[in-house]
Amino acid sequence: MSIQVTMATAQRLFEQLRHDPRTVAMMILLPALLVVVLRYVFNSKESFEHLAPALLAIFPFIVMFLITSVATLRERTTGTLERLMTMPIAKLDLIMGYALAFALFAVAQVTVVAVLALAWLGLSVTGSLALLFLVTVLDALLGMALGLLVSAFARTEFQAVQFMPLFAAPQVLVSGLFLPRNQMATVLTWFSDVMPLSYAVDALKLVTVSAVVTGELLRDVAIVAGSTVLALVLGAATLRRRTP
Amino acid sequence: MINYVVSVEQLLVLRMGHEILHELTFAIAPGSITGVLGPSGCGKSTLLRSIVGVQVVQSGRITVLGLPAGSPALRRRIGYATQSPSVYPDLSVAENLRYFATVLGAPPDDPARVLEQVGLEPQRDQQVARLSGGQLSRVNLAVALLGQPELLILDEPTVGLDPVLREELWELFHRLSLTQGVTILISSHVMDEAERCQSLLLMRDGSILAHDTPAALRARTGAKDLEGAFLRLVKEMPVEERQA
Repeated sequence: MSIQVTMATAQRLFEQLRHDPRTVAMMILLPALLVVVLRYVFNSKESFEHLAPALLAIFPFIVMFLITSVATLRERTTGTLERLMTMPIAKLDLIMGYALAFALFAVAQVTVVAVLALAWLGLSVTGSLALLFLVTVLDALLGMALGLLVSAFARTEFQAVQFMPLFAAPQVLVSGLFLPRNQMATVLTWFSDVMPLSYAVDALKLVTVSAVVTGELLRDVAIVAGSTVLALVLGAATLRRRTP
Repeated sequence: MINYVVSVEQLLVLRMGHEILHELTFAIAPGSITGVLGPSGCGKSTLLRSIVGVQVVQSGRITVLGLPAGSPALRRRIGYATQSPSVYPDLSVAENLRYFATVLGAPPDDPARVLEQVGLEPQRDQQVARLSGGQLSRVNLAVALLGQPELLILDEPTVGLDPVLREELWELFHRLSLTQGVTILISSHVMDEAERCQSLLLMRDGSILAHDTPAALRARTGAKDLEGAFLRLVKEMPVEERQA
């Protein structure tokens, strides 16, 4: 691995996005906009407070999933991935470059949503704001890592976009957004138990209601971080130097 | 005995159950320009990919610069340009070159050097998506020249170029081979490029029809030009091979 190549890859992704300001604007503002809309859909501060932690987890997760799966797929279809694979770049340099660039975008995205929710929409956080921030960014990174992984199984951009309803939406539905997870049908509870997003939502709920860092919170954070690393490693394994 | 830059023995490649290359054997001398010629679909790209080390091969042995094809140590020593340009369309020419130069560990002034070589200095800051077809293939070639590779593998680099540009690129190839001893393997499906090569590898349906100098091929077949020589060689092929 080379720090220089990792940084160059992150910089390259920034340059690519800089040429596409509309995508950047949507990435950063869309989650915030949707959270505002939902605040007034419920039209009550209490219901919103109940829902907000899950929303903080879900929107950055979805946006990062989509952006990364399309970006990686493009790298595969334009032949630039194959070209890089003929060069002295470690697979991890590429993956970490992606992670670094998108982590910075996730920070920007999460900052906008969190500031808005706290300052305007009436979300109150009992726990530490830093922790809230950390968990949310981690969760956006989880979306990124899964997007990177599933893009290996898409042949076209149409397929890559459909992976959102296929891989991301079910996780959102069972994550505890609508109902507490243990009130769903048993099968769905099991499903929810093995989906990493559920733990991101759990962690954010814990952070908003209590200042105490419990073992449960630590476990949730570890599961989200572990799933992210696992998805990145599996994603790296899908990058092949030789193809048929 | 000559120390060959590329030596291929009994190379067999299957793609989706079809035999694409039928046990090819040949060797390339250092500092030479070898043209790989034949109709499209005859296996030229697959052969070049195998030498670069990005093609899954069934059997046979390929040695490049003394190492097995695909060895990590070769990644800095081979410059490879695919037929369809593999560069980032949303980046500028300079941004593309800077990124690939960093990945290759090439000196910081290398992008300027290769831009001059392919005559693209005026387009330096232009976005690649806005370039003409000829400019695009020259950016693709420029990336292959980064880091001064000892072996250049170019898949149809002159397709879609006007005659003046094509002439300039051939002058560049000859200069690289004469003054820096770079070995060049270049594929083409137009026979009029064949005269510019020192050595020709004529291919048809995954087999090598002949491997010789242009003059020797004309003399052997008694044809006026290489087009005629190619046609005579096809006729000489045993019938069962012609149908294969």
